[in-house]
Amino acid sequence: MTGMLLTGNAAVARGARLARVDYVPAFPITPQTEIIEALAGWIESGDMLGRWVTLESEHAMLTAAGAAAATGVRVFTATSSQGLLYAMEMLYTVAGWRAPFVLANVSRGLATPITLEPDHNDILAARDCGFLQIHCATCQEVLDNLPIAYRVAEDPRVRLPVIVNLDGFYLSFTREPVVLPEPQEVDAFLPPFEARDIRFRASQPESQAVAVLGGGPYSYFRYETHLAARNGLQVYAEAGAEWGERFGRVYDVLDLYRSEDAEICFVMIGSFATKAMAAVDALRAAGRRVGLVRPRLLRPFPAEALRQALVGKRGVAVVDQNLSFGFGGVLHGELCSALYGLADAPILLSFIGGLGGRDIAQSELFEMARLAAAADRGEAPPPRLLYTQEELREVRKLQTLAHAERNRLEDPGS
Amino acid sequence: MSETRFHSVKDLPSARLLGTGTPMCAGCGGLQALHQIYNLLGGRSVFVNAAGCMTLLSVYPFTPFRGSWLYTAMASAPAGAQGVRDALDILIAQGRMPPEEDLQVVALTGDGSAYGMGLSATSGAIERELDFLYIVYDNEGYGNTGQQTSPATPHGARTATCRGPGGFAGEKKDLFAIWCAHKPAYAATLVGAEPLDLARKVETALSIKGPRLLLALAPCPTGWDFDPRHTVEIGKLAVKTGLWPLKEYREGRVVHTKPPMRRVPVERYLETQGRFRHLFEPTRRDDRIAEIQARVDAYWEAVAP
Repeated sequence: MTGMLLTGNAAVARGARLARVDYVPAFPITPQTEIIEALAGWIESGDMLGRWVTLESEHAMLTAAGAAAATGVRVFTATSSQGLLYAMEMLYTVAGWRAPFVLANVSRGLATPITLEPDHNDILAARDCGFLQIHCATCQEVLDNLPIAYRVAEDPRVRLPVIVNLDGFYLSFTREPVVLPEPQEVDAFLPPFEARDIRFRASQPESQAVAVLGGGPYSYFRYETHLAARNGLQVYAEAGAEWGERFGRVYDVLDLYRSEDAEICFVMIGSFATKAMAAVDALRAAGRRVGLVRPRLLRPFPAEALRQALVGKRGVAVVDQNLSFGFGGVLHGELCSALYGLADAPILLSFIGGLGGRDIAQSELFEMARLAAAADRGEAPPPRLLYTQEELREVRKLQTLAHAERNRLEDPGS
Repeated sequence: MSETRFHSVKDLPSARLLGTGTPMCAGCGGLQALHQIYNLLGGRSVFVNAAGCMTLLSVYPFTPFRGSWLYTAMASAPAGAQGVRDALDILIAQGRMPPEEDLQVVALTGDGSAYGMGLSATSGAIERELDFLYIVYDNEGYGNTGQQTSPATPHGARTATCRGPGGFAGEKKDLFAIWCAHKPAYAATLVGAEPLDLARKVETALSIKGPRLLLALAPCPTGWDFDPRHTVEIGKLAVKTGLWPLKEYREGRVVHTKPPMRRVPVERYLETQGRFRHLFEPTRRDDRIAEIQARVDAYWEAVAP
C-alpha cells in the first residue's frame, strides 16, 4: 500500500486501472477530462493493458461501452452533465441489455443557463434508467468504489451497469491523501470478468435486446431488472464489507456519522457531507446531539436502512443539491416516501442549496440544525432555497451594470 | 470482377439462411436484399440493428437469424458495432477467445438512420476505420412509421408528410457520395432485383476489411403504393431507367457495375407507384416528369467518359 495525493479524477482513473479494465470508449467533457486523459496516457505508454477509443459523442460512447460489455470485456467510461443527458437514451438501452460495466459521472449542473460548476441534477436525471448509483464523498471513497462497483455490476444477482458519482470541482480537482491498494490484492478481490449469458461468439449465436410485442413480455423484463437492481443493496453491502476486511475501509449502503444517539440529523449525498460532518462536530462540541446520515447508494434506494437510521429522530434536515422544478428536492421526496406512514417518523425539513457550484456555509448548516430542532411535529414546512439577500443584490448589480452598458452603447452621446 | 464465383444466377447460394415468418410486409424489397446478403454472409456474424422496419425481424423469443443480433438505437448502430468489434479483438488478442470464434460485425439500418440520425455515428466509425459491414435498406422514407419524408426521399415523391400536388420538393441525399468522401474500404449500391450484381458486391465486401457500405434500394409496397408482386419489376426498372445507378467504390475509384446501355424513360418507373401518381393524374405533368428525366440524364452525362 502506498499513499498519494490524488484529485478525485485521478482517483477514478487509478480505480479503473486497478480494476484492470479492458476497454475505455471515451468522449471528453469538463470536469471529467482528467480521468480519460490519465487512462489514455497509461494505455498509450503501455503502463496499462487495454484498448482506448474516442467516440464522436456520449451517445455513441455509451453504445460502444454497452456493446463491448455485452460481448464480454470489462469496460470503463466517464462523463458529466450534458454528456450524461446526451447519452440518456443509451443509459436506458444498455441497462436493458443487462450489460455490466462502470461509468464515472463527475457531477455538474445542467443547462440552461450553461454552467461548468457542480450540483446533482445531472446524476438524478439518470435515477430511473437501471444503472445503480454510488455517491462518493472523498477521493479515497472514489478510488475504493471503482473495484467495488465492478463486483456489484458483474455479480450474477445484479448484472447491471453502475455509475460512480463524484462532485465536479469540489472533488474532481481537490487533492486529498489517498491510500493505493496493491494491484495483486485488488485482483484477489475482483476476479477477471466472466461474461456468461451475454456474449457474442461464432459457436454461440445470441440475440440481445430483441423487440417484444405486448405488455406481458415487456413487464417481465422490467420486473427482472427491478428485482436485480434491488439485489444491489445486499451485493454492495457484501462487497463493501469484504473490501473492509481486505483493506480496512468498510463501505455500507449508508454512511452514519455520530447519528446513533442524535436527535437531529442531516441527510445528504456527495462531498458536501464532509462539510456537514464538520458542522456536526462543532454542534456536538456545543452540546447539541446532531448527526449525519449519508446514503452511498441512491439506486437501489436503501429505504429500510434509512428507516432504521432515522425513525425516532426529532428532526431531519434533508439537504438537496438539486432542484426538481415545481416540486423541490429529489432526495427529500425519496425520503418522505421511505418514511411515509411510520408512527415514529421524524419531521423532514427540505433545504435546497449548492446549485451550480454555490457553497453551503457552516453557518447555514447550523441554521438548518436549529430549524430542525425547533420544528413542530405535524405539518412540514415548504422547501427552502438557500439563497442570501447578498447573493440577490449581487445578481441585481450585474443586471443593472449590463443595462447601463447597453444604454451607453445605444446612445454614445449621453 | 473477373475472380468472382458468381457468373450466372445458377451460382447464387440457395442456402436460405434467414428464417421465415417475420412480420415484414409482403413484397418487402429490403427483406429481399437482406435475404440474399445473409445467404452470402452466413451465421458467423452479429447484426447491430438501428431502429427501423427490420427491428421487428427478431421478436422475443424468436429470431430468423442463424447468427447473433443486438438491437441498439436509431442513432448509434455503428457505435454499437465499434464496441462489439473492439471487444472481439480484445478477447482474441488476450487469448480469451480463439480466432475461429470471430464474427463479421454488421450494422443494419434503414435510410432514416443511415442518411439522417445515425450519420454522425457512421461518419465517426468510418473515420476510425472500423472493420464492419454497413447494410442500408433504403425505402426512401420513414417506412416503419408510415412513409414520412426522410433524407432519402427522392424529388417529386408524395409521402405521408408531403401530400401536396408537387410531392417532395427537396433532393435525395447522396449517401454513397458521403461515404466515398470518407475514403472507406468499400461502398456499393445494390438492389435485390439484381441478385447477381448484389452477390458479386457482397463477395467483394466480404473479402475486404474496414468500413464497407452495402446500400440497397428497397422497393416498399406499402410506402410506395404498389402491388407486392411488382417488387422485382420495380427494382429492375429503377436500374434500367438510370434512377438507381449500380456502382461501387474501391481504392478511390467509382465504377458503375451495371450501367443501363439504353436508358428506359423514367416515367416507366414513376407510373408503377402511387407515390408518383400525381404526376399522371388527374392531368399528366409532362413538365415535372421531364424535370426528373433531366436529373437522371445529367447524372449519366457526368458519369460518361
